Amino acid sequence: MTTETTPIRGMGHSVKRKEDPRFLRGKGRYVDDIKLPGMLYMDIVRSPYAHANITRIDASKALALPGVLAVITGKDLDEAGLAWMPTLMGDKQMVLPVDRVVYQAQEVAAVIATERYIAADAITLIEVEYEPLPPVMDPFKALEADSPLVRPDREQKTNHIWHWEAGDAAQTDAIFQQAEVVVKQDLYIPRIHVSSIETCGCVASFDSVEGKLTVYMTTQAPHAIRTVFSLVTGIAEHKIRIVSPDIGGGFGGKVPVYPGYVIASVASLKTGHPVKWIEDRSENLQADSFARDYHISAELAATKDGAMQALRVKTLADHGAFDAAANPSKFPAGLFSVITGSYTLKAAHVEVDGVYTNKPSGGVAYRCSFRVTEAVHTIERMVDTLAQQLGLDPADVRMKNFIQPEAFPYTSPTGWEYDSGNYPAALRKAMEKIDYAGLRQEQAEKRARGELMGIGISTFTEIVGAGPSHTFDILGIKMFDSCEIRVHPTGSVIARIGVQSQGQGHETTFAQIVAEELGLPVENITVEHGDTDTAPYGLGTYASRSTPTAGAATAVAARKIREKARKIAAHLLEANVDDLEWQDYKFQVKGSPGRSVGMKEIAFAAYTNFPSDVEAGLEAVDYYDPPNLTFPFGAYICVVDIDRGTGQVKIRRFVAVDDCGNIINPMIVDGQIHGGLTMGMAPALMEAITYDENGNMQQGTFMEYLLPTAMETPVWETDKTITPSPHHPFGAKGVGESATVGAPPAIANAVVDALSHLGVTHIDIPITPWKVYAILEAHGVAEL
Amino acid sequence: MIPDNFSYLAPASLPEVWDALHEHPDDAKILAGGQSLIPLMKFRLANPAYLIDLRHVPDMDTLAERDGALVLGAMVREAALERSPLIQQRYPGIHDASAVVADPLVRNWATVGGNLAHADPANDHPAMMLALGARVVAQSPRGRRELSIDDFLVDTMETALQPDEVLVEIHVPQPAARSGSAYLKLERKVGDYAIAAVGVQLAFDGEVISHAGIGLTNVGPKAIRAQQAEAFLVGKQPSDETVREAARLAAQAADPTADLRGPVEYKRAIVRTLTARALRLAAQRATALA
Amino acid sequence: MTQHVKMTLNGQPIEADIEPRLLLVHFIREVANLTGTHIGCDTTSCGACTVQINGVPSKSCTLFAVQMDGEEIRTVEGMEQNGALHPLQEGFYQEHGLQCGFCTPGMLMTAEAFLREHPAPTDDEIRQAIAGNLCRCTGYVNIVKAIQHAAKHIREEQAAPVATAEVTR
Repeated sequence: MTTETTPIRGMGHSVKRKEDPRFLRGKGRYVDDIKLPGMLYMDIVRSPYAHANITRIDASKALALPGVLAVITGKDLDEAGLAWMPTLMGDKQMVLPVDRVVYQAQEVAAVIATERYIAADAITLIEVEYEPLPPVMDPFKALEADSPLVRPDREQKTNHIWHWEAGDAAQTDAIFQQAEVVVKQDLYIPRIHVSSIETCGCVASFDSVEGKLTVYMTTQAPHAIRTVFSLVTGIAEHKIRIVSPDIGGGFGGKVPVYPGYVIASVASLKTGHPVKWIEDRSENLQADSFARDYHISAELAATKDGAMQALRVKTLADHGAFDAAANPSKFPAGLFSVITGSYTLKAAHVEVDGVYTNKPSGGVAYRCSFRVTEAVHTIERMVDTLAQQLGLDPADVRMKNFIQPEAFPYTSPTGWEYDSGNYPAALRKAMEKIDYAGLRQEQAEKRARGELMGIGISTFTEIVGAGPSHTFDILGIKMFDSCEIRVHPTGSVIARIGVQSQGQGHETTFAQIVAEELGLPVENITVEHGDTDTAPYGLGTYASRSTPTAGAATAVAARKIREKARKIAAHLLEANVDDLEWQDYKFQVKGSPGRSVGMKEIAFAAYTNFPSDVEAGLEAVDYYDPPNLTFPFGAYICVVDIDRGTGQVKIRRFVAVDDCGNIINPMIVDGQIHGGLTMGMAPALMEAITYDENGNMQQGTFMEYLLPTAMETPVWETDKTITPSPHHPFGAKGVGESATVGAPPAIANAVVDALSHLGVTHIDIPITPWKVYAILEAHGVAEL
Repeated sequence: MIPDNFSYLAPASLPEVWDALHEHPDDAKILAGGQSLIPLMKFRLANPAYLIDLRHVPDMDTLAERDGALVLGAMVREAALERSPLIQQRYPGIHDASAVVADPLVRNWATVGGNLAHADPANDHPAMMLALGARVVAQSPRGRRELSIDDFLVDTMETALQPDEVLVEIHVPQPAARSGSAYLKLERKVGDYAIAAVGVQLAFDGEVISHAGIGLTNVGPKAIRAQQAEAFLVGKQPSDETVREAARLAAQAADPTADLRGPVEYKRAIVRTLTARALRLAAQRATALA
Repeated sequence: MTQHVKMTLNGQPIEADIEPRLLLVHFIREVANLTGTHIGCDTTSCGACTVQINGVPSKSCTLFAVQMDGEEIRTVEGMEQNGALHPLQEGFYQEHGLQCGFCTPGMLMTAEAFLREHPAPTDDEIRQAIAGNLCRCTGYVNIVKAIQHAAKHIREEQAAPVATAEVTR
């Protein structure tokens, strides 16, 4: 129990996490830990082909296996109108195919059995006959007139999905025509997979008496899922409960509705039993949605002395067989148009064309706020390309072109209003911390000796916190977020939020927000989320939006409580409401600091001794519609050494200076940055998903899809500047994805820098040792 | 990922193992550490009806020098090799190899016998054992026979073991007075199979190489002995030039295929680089030991 | 078809009739109902399923429960002693060595065995020791710190025994 002197520990404290005691004891409750009476298990038959007609499915042998209760195929779902479901991007997606598969490992049929092991046996007994079709694997060829169609179900008989553009084409073209210098670079940002250590899964439980479907699900957005489920199944929304228990990492991969969730729910309706479905790792890697896969062609116009003027970008986006990206509705290419980055440009024009291929759905995030990683990689590589062409130091070129601190709020050429920033300060801090000048000198000395060392900079601007209702919605639902707070009579609190932690520590940070706003000790505040029956409606956690949206809602709800508390305080202090001020976490009579009352006492009075013109109780709810997005930023510097005998790149140092505005919990922010940097390094050096020409996915296990271990991961050095958001209630910006967004170009720039004296201007990620070695060999600098 | 059904047998002696193999000649598999076999079973790429666990067979984990050879029981765990002062001091190449097999947790179960008998060209011990001129001891009801590691490794996932034979020991000749060994591996990340790896052993007569062994990992259908490179080194001092030429010859002996670990030419280049580095390291160790 | 096994799990005897193909991790999670041990891959790559067998950290998704007859198994649930967290659990708490918590039990099992043999490790040795345990959230920096925190605590405790602090909400 806390006492009056228990510290509040609100904003800015490295409060140890409230969620840890259960995780450390092995008492976390993840989806696969849930066991309901009479629960059945589902396993899924998947297609070995990327593109094929299904000519026959014979389940008789599986059904004859003792313990098998049902087999569900696309035909079964079709009869109930459930063979297809809407995607978050206004497309539709197969739940189970009726007659055709469109990517390898696509769900073909599901088995329901009494035991997990029996279900696994049964799927080997289902006979499926396929008639293979030519797969469409290359998005450029997909647009050729004679390409096979990935989606003949659509009216438009083309693999082109949509064209999207931002900025001013005419103005941009005009600048390019006059430009003193134009640099051009093609970049490919490969397909990658979030690979949270927990795969996806669910336990669906239909109560036929209540007519209510409860689904425990690995989801980052339980409320949105409930709405989609209601639309798909026709079950009234109050008869659907989605529970997101502890989630073993999300990173964007747990935003979409996967077919398995729907099939398991149908299976529960069909059998009257709870049904558990848990993906194995290969299913997770092969069939769940992917990130990136952008083929980018960028041009940058500048003056001879390195002043950037205009940016022109054309992009082909490989979205796989269904446009199931998890973007806001009006943004099929996400927030890619933030591509002008941290620099003042006179004009920009960005085009993206979405294309269908015979691959699983692309376009979910990989710890990235809606295509910002692709944008940042492009602009940060282009700045370096320009510097290299002009023989200028990449740090100088950045300093020269930065949007200056006094220029905020700054409207970018593609229409974003950056809220606040101080880019030169962050870069200067990073340069000092790593001794940039010293490193350049060392590099020159090493180069003279034939050793390869490179220094890479990334000064990125993030765009997070979607978003304002005038622009941002998903399936028409505006992207507000919410918090409901109840203060109990003894001064403890429960706060329920519309966002969903997957490791970010919301139970701790949101309690700190409440503690700060209400002046109650953080220990006495419980934060709950993830149960649609109890939490207020919210759009969930992804795109670094929790603190900017639900965090703001939490502060505003708490302030509503404080306003009511003011009336009760006036009553208790026998003072006029207007004579009270909130100071040092309590209400005091102005000029009489001795006459004060704290929230604990007020809470008790709210239930026992409230004024006659005030309702009993002390609670509030807020649905926060952010006025703008927030724009965190950072300056990263990476130093690499290259082994001339193997082409291996070793990150020797990596300094990350981040600015995410005001910080709730510095310990947690640091942890977010460490993790983000690691997930930035991985695709820069190791991770990528590739397909052979037959549509076989080549990284179907962790043997081939290379997650970094502690040995590949460098010792990250972090630091910060603080530039508060002017529009956020407590000046915070969001941080979860900054490092994933900012790190890859710092690493790529460092490797290119190490080889720049050889004339190397670009290497696509992942920068594998054989790519580097081929360059070394071509230039005669490989160790022999 | 769930394996198919099987019957589990835990024999307490070699004769019991032989009986089990005799009774189930076509559908039994020997289980050593299981770190390769069990994943294959989970993917149902291996579906033995009988699994014969060697863990309870006595005397399968010898790790000692005896009669001029290092004797390794087939069930010696990688972790035991990695920690053994004897291995570290006298057989550094084996120590190097054991320390880069998969990851530390896998090494707690993975065995040297399993690593050899699985005959995966990506496994680390076969190449090192080639370099060291190891001999493999197989036992069956018909008796005990010794064969050279070269004869033991037949092809990808194929050894010279007869259906009734069990690999029981590996014998590594004791190092000559002035000799050194090394195993260097390039991997995409810790836990991965080698892009390529090279095991070498050098013995010296004065300043001159009197014996050289070189084995290559994951650059062919099985571990490859770089014979020309070995022959080239004998009678020479390990000068930069000699080392470079031996490395070039070793790269020629490699027969890699392109895959997710890189193109053919890259893998050959890595064999060259690693051979040169391993030769230098082995020579340095020989000097240090002398 | 089934086989009888008897083992010790966190100091308690447990026996059951099981299919030989039952993976140890499923035995622990489904038969013994201890769900702290997780499954993250199928290829012995991630280490989320790490438990100790006779004190040796082992990936329980790559072992059959039937092999464990007569053995002593320890899982994360067996770390807390007499209501006091193990110094490693305390270290992970203090140093923010976990985020989603999914890899944490496996990390703890690996680290506990490691510290018994390496009471004063270097950071590099720690990184090598945990190379078979993947974490997607933390970037490992704080895991290394957490293990150092615990190592220091254990050394100090052995020099002069003190009560272990308890993690509370």
